[in-house]
Amino acid sequence: MIFLWAFIIGGAICVIGQLLFDVAKLTPAHTMSALVVGGAIMDAFGWYEPLVKFAGAGASVPITSFGNSLVHGALSELHRDGWVGVITGIFDVTSAGISSAIIFSFLAALVVRPKG
Amino acid sequence: MGTKTRPGSKVKLNSLSLDAKNYKQIAKKHEPSRNVFANCVRAFLAGGVICVIGQAVQEFFKAVFDMTEREAANPTVAVMIILSIILTSMGVYDKIAQWAGAGSAVPVTGFANSMCSSALESRTEGLVLGVGANMFKLAGSVIVFGVVAAFIVGVIYAIFGIQVRHL
Repeated sequence: MIFLWAFIIGGAICVIGQLLFDVAKLTPAHTMSALVVGGAIMDAFGWYEPLVKFAGAGASVPITSFGNSLVHGALSELHRDGWVGVITGIFDVTSAGISSAIIFSFLAALVVRPKG
Repeated sequence: MGTKTRPGSKVKLNSLSLDAKNYKQIAKKHEPSRNVFANCVRAFLAGGVICVIGQAVQEFFKAVFDMTEREAANPTVAVMIILSIILTSMGVYDKIAQWAGAGSAVPVTGFANSMCSSALESRTEGLVLGVGANMFKLAGSVIVFGVVAAFIVGVIYAIFGIQVRHL
């Protein structure tokens, strides 16, 4: 059942992105930034975590979850360490995503010759 | 010679700026009409399939390494990124993206694709000035706006002393 909801919610978030492309005529960079900020705002109200519980990867794979994780890291360290946590915590949760994207992109650039 | 070409170029500029006023209208007339509905269906299908793959990876980590839902989230994202970078390196991801539109751009795999393809494209300019400097060309705006938004949310929580309940 979680697979069905992952498909539906993940697909729906992508449709929002497609509408921002086609109807609002935003560039991909504007669309991605808008979705990330959207995810951050949703987590500010505590709405994203229920969505992740409900739809699993359908909510945690789209880029909106990146905004959610940034806010999550900031808030959990704010809770633990006080003010300075807002700065120290932002990349806490998202480190896996950003680090692996940097490392493997770099390795790919070393090894691969671009095609097409 | 410079005095002769200057007035000439000025005239040219003027006629250009006249055109520029109408440019948007002309461009809009000639823009291919987008089939919004078909694009949305494709985005839905592609995005849904990518998320189902992500869910399968997550279930794998939960079953094999005995992780909780939250522990499995980070390795899942890492695996999705590796898959995306492999497909980008083979030139497959960009073909999928042509069909899927936002369906392949919005998932985290699209984020990795944008980083990897800018890294590959700029390889010829060298490792530091090419790969290092251009990797975040597209992904950078996502990180900047995400971090700024997260900072604002954090500051609002700190100032108003809002209790964090959903962690």
